[in-house]
Amino acid sequence: MKSSVIVFPGSNCDRDIAVALSKFNFKNSMIWHNESYLPNTDLVVLPGGFSYGDYLRTGCIASKSLIINDVIKHARKGGLVLGICNGFQILLETGLLPGALLRNKKLRFISKNVYLKVINTENYFCSNYKKKKVIELPIAHNEGNYFANNKILQDLEQKNLIAFKYCNQKGDLDKDSNPNGSSHHIAGILNVEKNILGMMPHPERLIDPILSGEDGSTMFESLQKFK
Amino acid sequence: MKISVTVTLKKDVLDPQGKVVNQTIKNMNYKNIANVRQGKYFEIELDENNKDKAKKIIDEICQKLLTNVVIEDYTINFE
Repeated sequence: MKSSVIVFPGSNCDRDIAVALSKFNFKNSMIWHNESYLPNTDLVVLPGGFSYGDYLRTGCIASKSLIINDVIKHARKGGLVLGICNGFQILLETGLLPGALLRNKKLRFISKNVYLKVINTENYFCSNYKKKKVIELPIAHNEGNYFANNKILQDLEQKNLIAFKYCNQKGDLDKDSNPNGSSHHIAGILNVEKNILGMMPHPERLIDPILSGEDGSTMFESLQKFK
Repeated sequence: MKISVTVTLKKDVLDPQGKVVNQTIKNMNYKNIANVRQGKYFEIELDENNKDKAKKIIDEICQKLLTNVVIEDYTINFE
């Protein structure tokens, strides 16, 4: 299984995801944003961070960078794309996923562990979460308040394209468990073909007991089954 | 040609910064303040003398880069 992590000026979770990928035996390459072409790869990861200093809008400038053209081609051919945090923001700015991420409702940067309900396990990213439907992962963001118009939200619900929702420890979607004000408690969404996942929480940060948890590992174990 | 572009969040999108500014102005005893929306402002110099052509170019730039059409509206002003 081959992976490529795109590195933008201001990315800061690129090495974390590279460590996670190599732990799960992915053959990973780091790809600078100014490259024109991706190497032969199964999975492209857009990592977390603050690409281009969040100038203009989060993820906006990165979505116009040279390598993105090839990432879009890769995605349209059915290749896997995972956008985490700033990577999710970039995916929305490219239009590969619908909606937008606004500033957190209470205007604070939030860095903490949250509980997530795994809504869709019928995809390459989440298939191994079948046995464990409530997981814990860290979030660390200022713009994670998912917004879309009612039609898009209805579509996401009806077509089962929501991968994760913020919840409490029991899996209930109560008001207190929505950290940033996201519509429908959305923490991560898929495209219709389910080869693209964008999510605010960081699976790469919980891949070892020494990091206080392994709920992120399950995603990489799921992805290993792609080939 | 000098052109300015103002970008604001769409009316149905929550603008927490605008709300806080609004509340602060009220707290400063300007009781008749009704609403504040915060936005962005761009000054653009364009090598083009034809106003229609200029508008077409700026429209394109606004839709492709300066705004996220999912959440923002823009207005173009010619100086």
